[in-house]
Amino acid sequence: MIEFRKEFFADERDDNLNEIGKPTRRQDILGHVTGRSPFFDDHLFDGLLHIRCVRSPHHHARIRRIDTAEAQAMPGVVRVLTGRDVPRNLNTLLSLLDFGIDDEPLLADSKVAYKGEPVAAIIAETEAQARAAVTKVRVDWEVRPHVLDVEEAIRPGAPVVCEVYKTNKFIYHGKYDHQKMRYGDVEAAFARADHIVEGRYQMSPIEQAPIETCGAIAAPETNDRYVCYTSTQALFFSLGTAAKVLTTPSNRFHFIGGTVGGGFGGKVDSVHEPIAILGAMLTGRPCKFAWDREEEMQVGAPRGAERWYIKDGVARDGRILARKFTGYFDSGAYTRLSSYAIIKSVGHLPGPYTIPNVHADVYCVYTNRTPATAMRGFGITGVDFAIEAHMDKVAEAVAMNPIDLRILNAYRDGDMKAHRREAKNCALIECCQVVADKAGIALQAASRAASSLRDGGGERGRLPAHTALDQHGVVTGIDTGGYARKTGAQGRPARHIEMPGYTMPTAASAGRAPAQSPARPGAASTAASPSTATEPPRPAPADGGNRRQGAMRFSAISGLRRR
Amino acid sequence: MAKTPVVFVLNGSERAAFAAPGQNLLELLRRGVGDLSPKYGCGQGTCGACTVAIDGETHLACLTLAESVAGRRVDTAAGLASGGQLHPLQDAFMQTFAAQCGYCTPGMLISAKALLDRNPTPTREDVVEAISGNICRCTGYEPIIEAILVAARGRERA
Repeated sequence: MIEFRKEFFADERDDNLNEIGKPTRRQDILGHVTGRSPFFDDHLFDGLLHIRCVRSPHHHARIRRIDTAEAQAMPGVVRVLTGRDVPRNLNTLLSLLDFGIDDEPLLADSKVAYKGEPVAAIIAETEAQARAAVTKVRVDWEVRPHVLDVEEAIRPGAPVVCEVYKTNKFIYHGKYDHQKMRYGDVEAAFARADHIVEGRYQMSPIEQAPIETCGAIAAPETNDRYVCYTSTQALFFSLGTAAKVLTTPSNRFHFIGGTVGGGFGGKVDSVHEPIAILGAMLTGRPCKFAWDREEEMQVGAPRGAERWYIKDGVARDGRILARKFTGYFDSGAYTRLSSYAIIKSVGHLPGPYTIPNVHADVYCVYTNRTPATAMRGFGITGVDFAIEAHMDKVAEAVAMNPIDLRILNAYRDGDMKAHRREAKNCALIECCQVVADKAGIALQAASRAASSLRDGGGERGRLPAHTALDQHGVVTGIDTGGYARKTGAQGRPARHIEMPGYTMPTAASAGRAPAQSPARPGAASTAASPSTATEPPRPAPADGGNRRQGAMRFSAISGLRRR
Repeated sequence: MAKTPVVFVLNGSERAAFAAPGQNLLELLRRGVGDLSPKYGCGQGTCGACTVAIDGETHLACLTLAESVAGRRVDTAAGLASGGQLHPLQDAFMQTFAAQCGYCTPGMLISAKALLDRNPTPTREDVVEAISGNICRCTGYEPIIEAILVAARGRERA
């Protein structure tokens, strides 16, 4: 069923593949077809206890008091957990990478920020008993106004969703309330464009919906350790998170995973393992904490919804001269992985097209919705939906076939991308040609003749002579306490973020052309200089800014630095 | 509350377990007698991961009262192989790469076996209909359909 088109780029590879194109046997398939693959719930324990969570019925509320007395007295109930039982009841998933501020409790104790947020956990002999006791926990709620829309959430006066981000926006590097890309000058290009095409694109949150729901079973081992069978997709994330929130060295945990009944990104959030292990620690018995299908759908973190505004300046012949993005990621009530998704997203703009002027501001916004997390290509898929829908709209505006339009604007080898990397190994044109063939769509002669190997580079490979910059995006007064710490252990002064073309906005540097930092050439080009927009054309970085120097690391784009 | 003893034949062997009032067959099989091949996916009869055969007919174990199998024959994916030999369907699933995460596979196999038992020469449409109650989320329907057709063709030849 796989079709190999080896005629493309035939001289770019040795065609001596040993594995690709030949059938092979999965190492785990015998277990799958015999029903013996050991998923987390396929481990039997004597005396297994069951954990069910008490969840918020409100989008946003302060917790005045949690009364667990009646629940504790219910038949079969062994223990009731609340936030007070969690040794370190505040975490953010990416803190393991020293990225972001701890913002989310394991069990909420002072307020809830989304409907379904857990505030207590019942540990009982049977699942039915745990469910019955859940209804007996009395929570005295003080319901607060909530906000469910990303743009409403960032208006002044909106309810504060997450206490550590008072503006309802994630703060990057301790300073920036959005991710930014500046390349060329979109406003100048709009002024000379024949058409301006604008669009607003909104996607929904999407549940990963694995057939196996998320869960974990933890049990005391005989060597003062706890074994934890888990459905996690991210065994060491879960291990590290459990060690952190339970303030227990990770060598006391014996994590067993790797057999995952579908995940698609929805099994990285590491909320089951710490609760199951805490249950095992406090009861001395095996504990299972797993979601049922309803919880998987309601509180399982989805692919976050994104809202994109795109404005294109287009020439009469279909060439896109400028593209401007404003994006809002709906992170839900807490960060989880959304801030990281946006870094990916901005590195992907403006899509696989050579556009000489690009401008983007992308915000990670908190709302009183279920927190969002990973899902297949998150950070890319949502904006690609917006970009490709917009390409069709542009095609309509210039009365072109949408596939011709894509081929006309596609990256060709040697082109400069807006994030200042040279386009290599491009194949969009060839893909479009095959799609047109299969769909029976007639292409223009020029599209038919186009190739990713031709007509790229040259003028298209050069950085713009002038990139318009602005001062927006710098916020003050927030200390992440982590990777962008303003004063370190030795009382270091405010840290200068090392990015090419970026200078800290100090009085001394105001109005000057930005210094060229040699620290990480080409590594963090989404950041803009805070200098004014009327500066003279900026020279290219010393290395041309477009040659890869070593592997691209997450730390380089996130601003993470080893301390 | 009193539990009810349930005696039934599981994959050819007599088994006995106590069923709590209202307990479903899925729990009885998994926790009561230790057959872990039927899976919990939704508990609502929508995903098919817990599909088992009762007296040769497919049923969703999560919606079947445990007591109702007393004296009946229950077959699960764990009993498909016999005497160290895989069932032709299992061979075909391996051959055509018809499982990715493997969680829906036991249910798929039971639905497929029920089809081939009553219709040894199914059309593609018959196969699609037979597994229409089994959800696969790793996007594997094509290889699964192919596997069932391969198994049917292999049987025809045998």
